[in-house]
Amino acid sequence: MDQGTMPVHPYVPNSAPATKQAMLDTIGVASIDEFFESIPDELRMKRPLDLPPALSAESQLQRHMSGLLAKNQPTTVALSFLGSGCYPHHVPAVCDEINQRAEFLTAYAGEPYEDHGKWQALFEYTSLMAELLEMDVVNVPTYDGYQAAATALRMAGRITGRGRVIVADTLAAGKRAKIQTFLAGALDIDFVAPRPATGRIHLEDVAALLGEDTAAVFLETPNMLGVIEGDAGAIASLAHGNGSLLVCSTDPLSLSFTASPASWGADIVCGDIQSLGLGMHFGGAHGGFIATHDDERFVFEFPSRLFGLAPTRVDGELGFCDVAYERTSLAMREEGIEWVGTAAALWGITAGAYLALMGPEGMRTLGDTIAVRTRQAMDALAKVDGVEVLHTDSPHWREFAVRFPGRSAAEVNAALLERGIYGGAAAPAVLGAGADDTAIYCVTELHSLGDITLLASALEDILS
Amino acid sequence: MTVIDTEPTAVAAPLPALPVEKPLLRDYHAARWDEPLIFQLSAEGHRGIDVPAEDPAALEATPESVFRRSDAPGLPEIGQSQVLRHYLRLSQETLGADLNVDIGQGTCTMKYSPKVNERFAGSGQSVHTHPLQDTSTMQGTLQILHELESYLAEVSGMDAVSLQAGSGSAAIYGNVKIVQAFHESRGEAEQRDEIITTIFSHPSNAATAKTAGYKVITLYPDENGFPDLDALKAVISDRTAALFITNPEDTGIFNPRITEYVDAVHAVGGICVYDQANANGLLGIARAREAGFDLCHFNLHKTFSTPHACGGPAAGAIGATNELAPFLPGLRVERTSEGYAWAKPSESATADIRPFHGVIPNLIRAYTWIRSLGPEGLRQVSEIAVLNNNYVLAQLLKVDGVTAPYAAGQHRIEQVRYSWEKLAGETGVSSSQIGARMADYGMHYWTSHHPYVVPEPLTLEPTESYSKRELDEYIEALRHTAAEARSNPALLQEAPYRSSIHTVDVDATTDPDTWATSWRAYRRKYLGEEFAAVPRWQPATDLPVRQRPPKAHHR
Repeated sequence: MDQGTMPVHPYVPNSAPATKQAMLDTIGVASIDEFFESIPDELRMKRPLDLPPALSAESQLQRHMSGLLAKNQPTTVALSFLGSGCYPHHVPAVCDEINQRAEFLTAYAGEPYEDHGKWQALFEYTSLMAELLEMDVVNVPTYDGYQAAATALRMAGRITGRGRVIVADTLAAGKRAKIQTFLAGALDIDFVAPRPATGRIHLEDVAALLGEDTAAVFLETPNMLGVIEGDAGAIASLAHGNGSLLVCSTDPLSLSFTASPASWGADIVCGDIQSLGLGMHFGGAHGGFIATHDDERFVFEFPSRLFGLAPTRVDGELGFCDVAYERTSLAMREEGIEWVGTAAALWGITAGAYLALMGPEGMRTLGDTIAVRTRQAMDALAKVDGVEVLHTDSPHWREFAVRFPGRSAAEVNAALLERGIYGGAAAPAVLGAGADDTAIYCVTELHSLGDITLLASALEDILS
Repeated sequence: MTVIDTEPTAVAAPLPALPVEKPLLRDYHAARWDEPLIFQLSAEGHRGIDVPAEDPAALEATPESVFRRSDAPGLPEIGQSQVLRHYLRLSQETLGADLNVDIGQGTCTMKYSPKVNERFAGSGQSVHTHPLQDTSTMQGTLQILHELESYLAEVSGMDAVSLQAGSGSAAIYGNVKIVQAFHESRGEAEQRDEIITTIFSHPSNAATAKTAGYKVITLYPDENGFPDLDALKAVISDRTAALFITNPEDTGIFNPRITEYVDAVHAVGGICVYDQANANGLLGIARAREAGFDLCHFNLHKTFSTPHACGGPAAGAIGATNELAPFLPGLRVERTSEGYAWAKPSESATADIRPFHGVIPNLIRAYTWIRSLGPEGLRQVSEIAVLNNNYVLAQLLKVDGVTAPYAAGQHRIEQVRYSWEKLAGETGVSSSQIGARMADYGMHYWTSHHPYVVPEPLTLEPTESYSKRELDEYIEALRHTAAEARSNPALLQEAPYRSSIHTVDVDATTDPDTWATSWRAYRRKYLGEEFAAVPRWQPATDLPVRQRPPKAHHR
């Protein structure tokens, strides 16, 4: 390719001919091609890449992208009751501002000397989570709640030296598969199913599976059916009596309503921070947290970065440092704990800002509002002929399951879509199990009572 | 007639005589706010945001009522603008690539992340969409994903691409699981229990393989800096599951015999996986396909410009040949007569790596970056990235005390791992201390991954994004710092002086008794605050504690 004829792209300043020539002269080569002489001819591309032509004018690019994105119909132009692992909650404007700050957005792996503010913001994220979770140790975020759960279970195996785990089978299908694949070869899994009548895990069913090789019992609360695991404390006690850990996956936002898992005996708490001011992004905004008590047996089993307070050479000045960095694959390659790499740090900073904005009263109010709204929606749909709300005697938060006897959830959703409503996800799509006639509905602080009434009357219309 | 005094009156000092060219070395000082911890801003009753309120009395007699927590969470109480100001001050104490000549984090491709892409990633038409929406309502995003898959297939030469992984390391893990599933499908999973990688490959190649249960074999460089081919031939066998290799490695030297490595591993039935986390020197130049690889991956936050975000969110794309494509994780988009839709997943597909369909904001940014540059622009990116790298190499080798080990006199691709061993030997100043001093000149500096195979390492990757003047600024700061190391080594021992913070004592709080992993832990350990006892697991008295490895630090 004749390099002289390529236009100068704004992202590539030194492609300007005079600059390029000056640099070639400094190096002492005649052309850029010389730099690639080490690449054998048979490995070189002999033709241009087959890609669409450049939209190098920003105005053209914007027009193209606006046209594409306009083909989406976001939840803001519909009425959506979808949840199932990606939840619609308000994102405070301040969260967006902080998330978009150029300094945070484009920083990376700097030391405190370049990025002191980043270290402080991440330490504050883990500390705010620690307050909410009532545990002393929280990781710099891993990828998502799937990874957090899978790692938490591997940690439990390493801490106890045992080879089996009991896992509540109330999980999203993808999360179940992730846990299975991540534990393969390291831990065997005994799944315990929720009882159909209650939608939750019962103590006796866990007790029946517990053995001397059980490293941990894993519960998710609220679970994917929206049910709060009422036996959790008793199950924790049972596990502890057996020398097993209790690993709990939870949405940290649900602690706006329920007590912390640590308070009833969870030893490792994990989950996803998507609800904490990240937004939905078509399922593209997730971060995973893992929390434990301050016990070296646990701390040394974290794969993630852990940030701590540190003194500096100036008396009284507080800085930040890695805690037990030698655990990590960055220090030890395959001799480290699992691996650590780029994951979800800026989502962590954003989630920290969310918790700082919400404060104790904002959280408490939100928790109550969602609990009230969930029960209102359950009650409203229960009155619709052709709708059966499941597990009504169990405690719920944010989600619940419904049945449409004689109809598939997909069929009902198609009819709702015609009315501008995104109905709850069909159970098989979410859980990889369950009946076609069952769906999971989600309501949050973004839903008004009027929205619920609208849904109920649309269902009446469709099912009558 | 009034006489006007025309002599100038000296009311202000005249401007200094400005040189035509501003000197390259900056008189820099980082922002220093001495910002309190966020908990120290708490004031009773202050609120950062209001939320819709329902009366909890409505929960009386519901199953929920007994689960309502008795107290509010123990978070600080702070007004909205106070939260904003706090975080903006912290952001000012953070030196992102938008501010500095960020070529000091070699291997990580700290290129420009175009601002216009933020508009698309942050568009309400993307942000407010749910992954389980009916595909008829998501045609825009599905088209973007479909086309991005095809662009990355073209850039790599591979047949199919999965966009699900949330980072480079997650994509490497995905590739390990594909390797495992492939051999399992042939009944060879147990037999093939070894993965081979190289010491100059990212640590995650070794670490993800180990996590998945493999024995890891690591190749060290020969005298030319390439992974030792004879050593490879000595370790491959019918136990070999795969080779995970990078080319060029962190040294920036393209390995011209790469196909011999690939052929050798194929000959024993192993899979060849190309770690193309950083492909910034090879766009439109050379591809995984022609070198014979079965799998590869790209970090979209490196080569494809998505911002590094303090360490994520990121995105990884996995490329596979037709033979391996059925094992790819996640759903892929197909174009049907009724528009874009999720293709039916293969029965051999490996498990989802993460929830849903990948890090959508970054997939949109990467798509847009490719569209802005087009085919010629992508090649131009690589050509100029390589030009910039060789320019820095030529200039830096004029600095006394630094060397570029291996391949003397040869051009490099997109980066170089330098060594300050000579300077360190003469002055006692380490690469790490040079890095701390570079912060005083407003520059970010990294050494290299551990272990330091190249002594006193420095890895520079200029990318295509920085102007010649910016590169000259970085080189000048290094030259000046090296001169300081000779003239006043004591100065560098305590650097930095003009940062937001002073030298951190990284050893003071790294033991179980002293570490403070959170504000809560600090209050308990250092301020004597007591928290209610909670039920928790107690280890059996005979349960051993893992032997702690020797302490290590990030730099």
